[in-house]
Amino acid sequence: MDAADKKRLLREMLYARRFEERCYEAYVERKIGGFLHLYPGQEACAIGVLEAARPGRDYVITGYRDHVHAIKCGADPREVMAELFGKETGSSKGRGGSMHIFDVKHRFMGGYALVGGPFPLAAGIAKALKLKGEEEIAICFLGDAANNQGTFHEALNMASLWQLPVLYVCENNLYGIGTRIDRSTAVVEQYKRVCGYDIPAAQVDGQDIEKVYAAAREAVAHVRSGKGPYFLELLTYRYRGHSMSDSNAYRAKEEERQWSKRDPIIMLRDRLIEAGQLSAEEYREMDTGILEEIEQEVIPFAERSPEPKVEELERYVLADNDPWVHGGAR
Amino acid sequence: MAELMYWEAVRRAHDEEMAHDPLVICMGEDIGVAGGTYKATKGLYEKYGPDRVIDTPISENGFTGLGIGASFLGVRPIIEIMSVNFAWLAMDQIFNTAAKVRYMSGGQLEAPIVVRSPGGTAHQLGAQHSARMEKVFMGVAGLRVVTPSTPKQAYGLLKSAVRCADPVFINEHELMYNLKGEVPDGEYFHPLEGSEVVREGRDVTLFGYNISVHWALQAAGVLSREHGIEAEVVDLFALNPLDRAGIAASVARTHRAVIVEEAEPAVGVGSEVMAILNEECFFELDAAPLRVSAVNVPIPYNRSLEKAALPTARDVVEAVLAQFSR
Ligand SMILES: Cc1ncc(C[n+]2csc(CCOP(=O)(O)OP(=O)(O)O)c2C)c(N)n1
Ligand SMILES: [Mg+2]
Repeated sequence: MDAADKKRLLREMLYARRFEERCYEAYVERKIGGFLHLYPGQEACAIGVLEAARPGRDYVITGYRDHVHAIKCGADPREVMAELFGKETGSSKGRGGSMHIFDVKHRFMGGYALVGGPFPLAAGIAKALKLKGEEEIAICFLGDAANNQGTFHEALNMASLWQLPVLYVCENNLYGIGTRIDRSTAVVEQYKRVCGYDIPAAQVDGQDIEKVYAAAREAVAHVRSGKGPYFLELLTYRYRGHSMSDSNAYRAKEEERQWSKRDPIIMLRDRLIEAGQLSAEEYREMDTGILEEIEQEVIPFAERSPEPKVEELERYVLADNDPWVHGGAR
Repeated sequence: MAELMYWEAVRRAHDEEMAHDPLVICMGEDIGVAGGTYKATKGLYEKYGPDRVIDTPISENGFTGLGIGASFLGVRPIIEIMSVNFAWLAMDQIFNTAAKVRYMSGGQLEAPIVVRSPGGTAHQLGAQHSARMEKVFMGVAGLRVVTPSTPKQAYGLLKSAVRCADPVFINEHELMYNLKGEVPDGEYFHPLEGSEVVREGRDVTLFGYNISVHWALQAAGVLSREHGIEAEVVDLFALNPLDRAGIAASVARTHRAVIVEEAEPAVGVGSEVMAILNEECFFELDAAPLRVSAVNVPIPYNRSLEKAALPTARDVVEAVLAQFSR
C-alpha cells in the first residue's frame, strides 16, 4: 500500500463513519424504520479485508450490520440510503431494509438477519465457485456471538472437509447485543475455535487497517490458491448500541474510553500526518467533502425517490412466468 | 410406457436432470456411496462423481444452507433430507433464506433448490420418525410444495422442480417407494401447480394428496359398489399454491366434499381446502364439508395404537355416508 492507497482507505473509512452517523440522524427523524445496526468503530474490518480481496468480483455475504460491506463491494451509497428509506430505488427495491441490503451485480450477496445464517450460504457459494472452476472466492463476515450457532460448526466442517474457497471473517466486537463474550462463550479467542476443523486461522487488531489488510492478504491468497477455507478474527469494538433500541448500559464507560483511543480512522490519520503524507487541513477538507456529498447527493436521492407501488406488493414472491410451473415451454 | 417403482422414478429424474445440466447436483446423508436410504440416488455417485453427488455430514440446516448458497450462483441442488422429521432442523434455511431471498433482495437473487424428503407414518417408527409435515411447509410464501401420489408424478414433479427457478419442497412418503405405476418412456415434466381428477363422479368430491389419494380411491370403490355413491377423487399434488379453481370446480359438480389427510387436522390441508370452499363455492354445497384426518397425538409405537391414530379408507366411507345421512 502506498500513501495514495492509504489516503483512499482513510477516506473510505471516514465516509463509512459519516454515512452511518447520518443514518442515525435519519432514524431519529423517522426517515428510517425497523432495526438499524450501525458500524462506527468497526470500519477497518470490512474495508481492510475487502481491500485485500477483489471487491465487486469476489462474493461477499454478511449479517444485518451490512451497509459498509455493501458499499465497499461497489454498491452506490445513494441506493443503500434509499433502501433504508424504503424506496423503490433502494438496493433491494425497498423490500429489504437495513438488514437486507443486496447488490448482486457487485456480488454483494446480501445481509441476513438470522444470526449465523450466512455461514452455510457462504460455503455454498464457494462450492458453486469450485464446481464451476472459477477463481473468485466467497467471503463471509459475521460477529463473534454468531459463532455459537450450530451453522458455524456445520459450515466450517463442510468447508474444510471439501476444501471450499471461503474466507470467514469474525468481527469480534466482544458483545452479542448486551452479553459480553466471556459470559456467552467458553473459548473467548475465536480463532482457537476453528482448530477443531483443521482450518488455518489468525487473530489481528481490527482497529489498525494496515494490520487488517496485511492479514487479509495472506488469508485471501491462501483461499484463492485452492488450499481451502481460512478464518480471520479481527478484534474490534462498536461504538454505538447494538441497534438503535439499545443504550449500551451494560458496558463500562472506561472500556468504551479505552477503545475510543484506538479509533481506526484517527490512528490511520495520525500515522499519515506524522509521516508527512497528509496535512490536518487536507483531512478537514476530506471530511467536509464527504459530509457535502452525503447531504447533497445521498440524502436528497433517498428523499426524492418514489415509494414502491402497492400494486407490486406480490411481485418477487415467486419467479415471473416460469414455464416449468406448467410443465415446460409451451 | 414402462412400469416403474416410485423410487426408480425419482432416481430416473435425478439421472436425467444431472445428465442434462452439469450444474445439477444432489446432496444428502448417505445418498452417494451408499446409494440413498430409499435408493433414490442409486448408482449416481459412480456415474457423476463425488463433486456432484455429495454425501453430507449430519448437518441438516448446514447442508441445506450450503445448497441454497450454491443455488445463488446457478447451481441446481437436489437436497435429500433423509426423513421429514429431520427437516425441522433445516427450516431456518428453507424458510428464512430460500423462501424469502428473492423477495427481500427485490428480485436480485433466487434460490432454485429442490428439497425432497419422505414424510408420512410408516410402520412403528415411533413419534420422532412419523411426522407428516406438509402442512408446515405449505403455508410459507415463496416456497412451492408438491407431493407425488404416483411414480409418474414422482418423476415428472422432480424434473419440473429442478428446472423451476423457485425453491420447491417435495413431500414423498416412506411407504410409497415400492409403489408401482406407469411412467412415460419419454421425458415428461409434470406441472407444479394445479390438481388432477383421478376418478370422476357426480355425488361427492374426495380430496387427497400423496398417500391419501390411494385411501380416497379405495373408499370411492367401496362407495360405488356397496352404496351406489359415485365419488370424484381429486389429487392435490400441489399444496402450495393450492388449486383454488380446480377445488371449486369439482365441488360445483358434486356439491359435497371430504378432505382426506394423513396429518393431524389442525391448520392443515383439510382446513385450508375448507376455507377455499367457503370462499369460492359456499352456495354450491349440499352438505357441510368434512375432514378425515389423523388423531392429534404424537404417533405411538404400539401397532394398534399407531393404526388407531391414522385415518383409513373406512373412515372416508363413513364420512361420506354421514353426508348423505346414511
Ligand atoms: C437466530 C437469531 N437469534 C437471535 C437473534 C437476535 N440477535 C440479533 S443480533 C444478536 C447478537 C449477535 O452478535 P454478534 O454475532 O457478535 O454480532 P454483532 O451484532 O456484535 O455485530 C442477536 C442475539 C437473531 N437475529 N437471530
Ligand atoms: Mg459481536
